Amino acid sequence: MKPNGNKYAVRQGAVLFSEYAPGSGIKKALEIGRENILLELRESKLKGRGGAGFPTATKWMLVAAAKSEEKFIVCNADEGEPGTFKDRVLLLEYPELVFEGMLIAGYTLGARQGIIYLRGEYEYMLKSLESYLEQMKEDNLLGNNILGNPNFNFEIVIRLGSGAYVCGEETALIESLEGNRGEARNRPPYPVNTGYLGRPTVVNNVETLASVPHILVKGGEWFRTFGTDKSTGSKLFSVSGDCERPGVYELPWGTKIKDLLEIVGAKNTKAVQVGGASGSCIPKSQFERTLAYEDAATGGSIMIFNESRNMLKILKNFMEFFVEESCGQCTPCRVGNVKLLEGIEKIERGVYTFGHLNKLKELGRTMQVASKCGLGQSSPNAFLSILENFKEEIFNKNGYGGHNGK
Amino acid sequence: MESKEKYRVPVSQKPHVVEKPRDINTIGGTVTIEINEKKVSVPMGTTILEACRENQIHIPTLCHHDDLCVAGVCRVCVVEVEGMRTLQASCTFPITAPVKIHTSTPMVRKARRHIIDLLLSEHYGECYSCFRNQNCELQKLAKEYGVDQYNFGHLEKPRYETDRSSASVIRDMNKCILCKRCVRTCIDLQEVGVLEAINRGHETHIGTFFDKPLSDVICINCGQCINRCPTAALRANDPSDELWEAIENPKKHVVIQTAPSPRAGIGEEFGLEPGHSMTGELNTALRRIGFDRVFDTNFTADLTIMEEGTELLNRLKKAVLLGDESVKLPQFTSCSPGWVKFIEHFYPEFLGYLSTAKSPQQMFGAVIKTFYAKESGIDPADIVSVALMPCSAKKFECNRPEMRASGYKDVDYGLTTRELAQMIKEAGIYLPEMPKSHFDEPFGDASGAGLIFGATGGVMEAALRTVYELVTGREVPFKNLNIVPCRGFEGIKQASVMLEGCKDEYSFLEGIELKFIVAHGTANAKKVMEMLRKGELKDVHFVEIMACPGGCLGGGGQPIPTSEEIRKKRAEAIYAEDESLSLRKSHENPYVKYIYENFLTEGPCSELSHHLLHTHYQKRGKFIA
Ligand SMILES: Cc1cc2nc3c(=O)[nH]c(=O)nc-3n(C[C@H](O)[C@H](O)[C@H](O)COP(=O)(O)O)c2cc1C
Ligand code: SF4
Ligand code: SF4
Ligand code: SF4
Ligand code: SF4
Repeated sequence: MKPNGNKYAVRQGAVLFSEYAPGSGIKKALEIGRENILLELRESKLKGRGGAGFPTATKWMLVAAAKSEEKFIVCNADEGEPGTFKDRVLLLEYPELVFEGMLIAGYTLGARQGIIYLRGEYEYMLKSLESYLEQMKEDNLLGNNILGNPNFNFEIVIRLGSGAYVCGEETALIESLEGNRGEARNRPPYPVNTGYLGRPTVVNNVETLASVPHILVKGGEWFRTFGTDKSTGSKLFSVSGDCERPGVYELPWGTKIKDLLEIVGAKNTKAVQVGGASGSCIPKSQFERTLAYEDAATGGSIMIFNESRNMLKILKNFMEFFVEESCGQCTPCRVGNVKLLEGIEKIERGVYTFGHLNKLKELGRTMQVASKCGLGQSSPNAFLSILENFKEEIFNKNGYGGHNGK
Repeated sequence: MESKEKYRVPVSQKPHVVEKPRDINTIGGTVTIEINEKKVSVPMGTTILEACRENQIHIPTLCHHDDLCVAGVCRVCVVEVEGMRTLQASCTFPITAPVKIHTSTPMVRKARRHIIDLLLSEHYGECYSCFRNQNCELQKLAKEYGVDQYNFGHLEKPRYETDRSSASVIRDMNKCILCKRCVRTCIDLQEVGVLEAINRGHETHIGTFFDKPLSDVICINCGQCINRCPTAALRANDPSDELWEAIENPKKHVVIQTAPSPRAGIGEEFGLEPGHSMTGELNTALRRIGFDRVFDTNFTADLTIMEEGTELLNRLKKAVLLGDESVKLPQFTSCSPGWVKFIEHFYPEFLGYLSTAKSPQQMFGAVIKTFYAKESGIDPADIVSVALMPCSAKKFECNRPEMRASGYKDVDYGLTTRELAQMIKEAGIYLPEMPKSHFDEPFGDASGAGLIFGATGGVMEAALRTVYELVTGREVPFKNLNIVPCRGFEGIKQASVMLEGCKDEYSFLEGIELKFIVAHGTANAKKVMEMLRKGELKDVHFVEIMACPGGCLGGGGQPIPTSEEIRKKRAEAIYAEDESLSLRKSHENPYVKYIYENFLTEGPCSELSHHLLHTHYQKRGKFIA
């Protein structure tokens, strides 16, 4: 049984929310064979939906090429980016897509185990997801000799995350799976070579995996008919904030921000935070920009702010989030985020100098290049983009440099 | 090589060692890269840091330490690698392709400066009131990058309370830069696992189990973390203020015994290259500071050999001659208090295997406040007994309630090499210029056997020189008495000597191959204990364990920094001094003979010697309430 089967019919979308017969993806996969699966995937130009946008076919090929007796498929269902809740919808309403995506990966790469790293807060789904897995086992879609294929054995286990944002970062996720503190590893080498238990591991976002069965059944070329040249297919956007119809939308890549705002019924919009706390903040003047890897990239989070919002407060919220969520391992992120937050507090109190703010901006750029993992590398994005794009508002409200200003 | 092959820390702190090819001349064995536009060829898998060091390019580091696995957390070693979006930590980046590296671009220099600024902004402390002043890696880096102001502020109030609970190690987390060297030392090098990063983000700090005071957790006091800490966040519990007072007090008779390792290390505190023995100079300096007597711990090391060796022979006799199956063999050495606390915590069920002999420090303490007090007519209550040790655990040891055989605290203060060097400097003395002088009588003579206690394998070698001769009447069959299989820095060494032509009283040992094991660093001790648990040591007779890597010469009270290179040099100095002595066997030490003839008249392991020179242990266990 699906955890939340009743809403199924309501969703509309070109790819993920399009029609799909459970089991057809894996059957197609078995029919065309490993090599053709990889070719089809390459044809589709599917890129990772978790945020970083790494070409999925390349990732799979690297794991396929890695020599090891054991390989793992990890589904990243940590969904920790503020304002993202699209993986929840997939897991609740389309688990067959996610599980089959993992199954296909397992078959293609010769892995015998798939692990779903489920966000701690999603514990409530655990029972129904597990009963769905039971059902798949009964249908011989999991377990041994799947669909009568000798030597095709695959199982999926679900592991609950511990609630730290950084555990969504793939190497921290693997550390956490291994029972260690959730901290990012040194890279290179990458999980495709040295992943879970030191074995080659695919880590893919829920949505990435869910796209795979559709691609196999309907073809990579079909997939490419949606989206742009560099951002193929469509994307789930979790829309929240000041709009009439927040929720999860499937829209083709390349959709203009302006158009999205219209679809969700947003009015008097001042800014859109694309990509969550670690993304960047886009002002009204740039609403012609498109949602795409090559333009305004996002793992799915879209937060809308209307004219009534205080951008400095919003920025402060983001920075407080990072100060809290940094794993504390490396210097630029652990201390840098605190300094950025202190800078914001100084602006609030009107006791800042532009000289100091400029220093902080430079610090932000160092954090982007010198932090150990994606968290610290992206945490200054909001600081840099909001201070740049909303300087009028911020400094008007808080005095031009306060009483110490120059 | 000290064993570095296995890593127990999380993978987040582990080098992803790309295995280097055994033969770099094979095809693909090397990669040609460019560092700052210069072409160089390096073995596949070399890290950028290694490659730069090979080519005389200095890269600053903080979390990196040659003894430890890689962490990649401080980020000061970042460099630019062409084609990569972000800067790369050179300590973690294995070279597997012909990369082009730039080590000093504006972006790199700015990033490094930022990182130093950030660390300083969280750093509470002033260099001039700090024991690491002029020997601090953070301070050095600040200088190197021309820090002349605090760009992101500086703490005005401490964030953490200093933990002074331990007799040995003091933790001031206000000076911690979270490099995690101590964590890696404790988890990986020593396998004790007391220290770990606690909490996340800005609240991250290095702490113990539930942030308990260090005295309440399973710390073994080895102080290895101190030696690897780049700043003053970790230090030993320094008694020198009290000591100065005692020295200035005319009523007090202040005696100091000096262990072998400090002599081999203390020159480093005065700017000398590692590997200079300063025995004679040190004796003079100590007298000039005001110590009333300067004794040689090697004397009681010789005594330890007599007691421990006799104990071993007694155990062997019971086991071999009398067939007593309850006898615990192999016998383990007990002169390293770090190791003793380790076994008390982690293997309490095996305490019966530990020799009951006290460490040389504590034997000396007991002898000074009894025999020496009597012979010299001084009230033991007026004696202040100090032990110069390479060791932080000795501070804990002298405070153990068992160590009051004289009716007083047998040893009042354990003083480390570093602390004494500070006192010497404070007294206006430049140690290397001191004239040499001898130890004071009556404990002035000691053997080279006692001296080599300072290096891993030394106790074993000293014991064998004596035991073999006691049993067979002949010298150990090794050239110049150098029992080479005991030497070197391999983590666990195993060897044996054949007992042949035994004297009548030891005929039961005829034809027995005396097997022994030498291990150093408690990670290796753990391996040996697991072998014992599995019953794999049934035919082994004697095991030497030193808590510190390299033995006491690498102890937690020795000069900072430390590295395998430095420890090797210290070992060389010790072995060279041993070879230069004419007296090289403990049982030939005339004063050892004298003490058994005039004081411990019943001989080794007698009732009196048991009272004064032996001890018992506590089953501590590894679970803390
Ligand atoms: C701080 C941080 C948090 C992340 N959180 C998530 C997450 O919650 N879910 C996710 O799929 N990817 C997350 N990622 C991205 C993953 O590291 C990884 O790139 C992704 O799982 C790869 O899958 P994909 O190629 O299918 O996108 C995060 C990255 C960072 C740096
Ligand atoms: S960037 Fe932040 S989250 Fe990532 S390793 Fe560094 S401290 Fe941890
Ligand atoms: S730890 Fe180093 S930087 Fe800090 S006060 Fe001491 S000497 Fe200065
Ligand atoms: S206590 Fe010292 S060694 Fe440990 S993390 Fe802090 S600075 Fe590093
Ligand atoms: S090995 Fe030496 S320095 Fe280390 S704890 Fe033991 S006695 Fe002390």
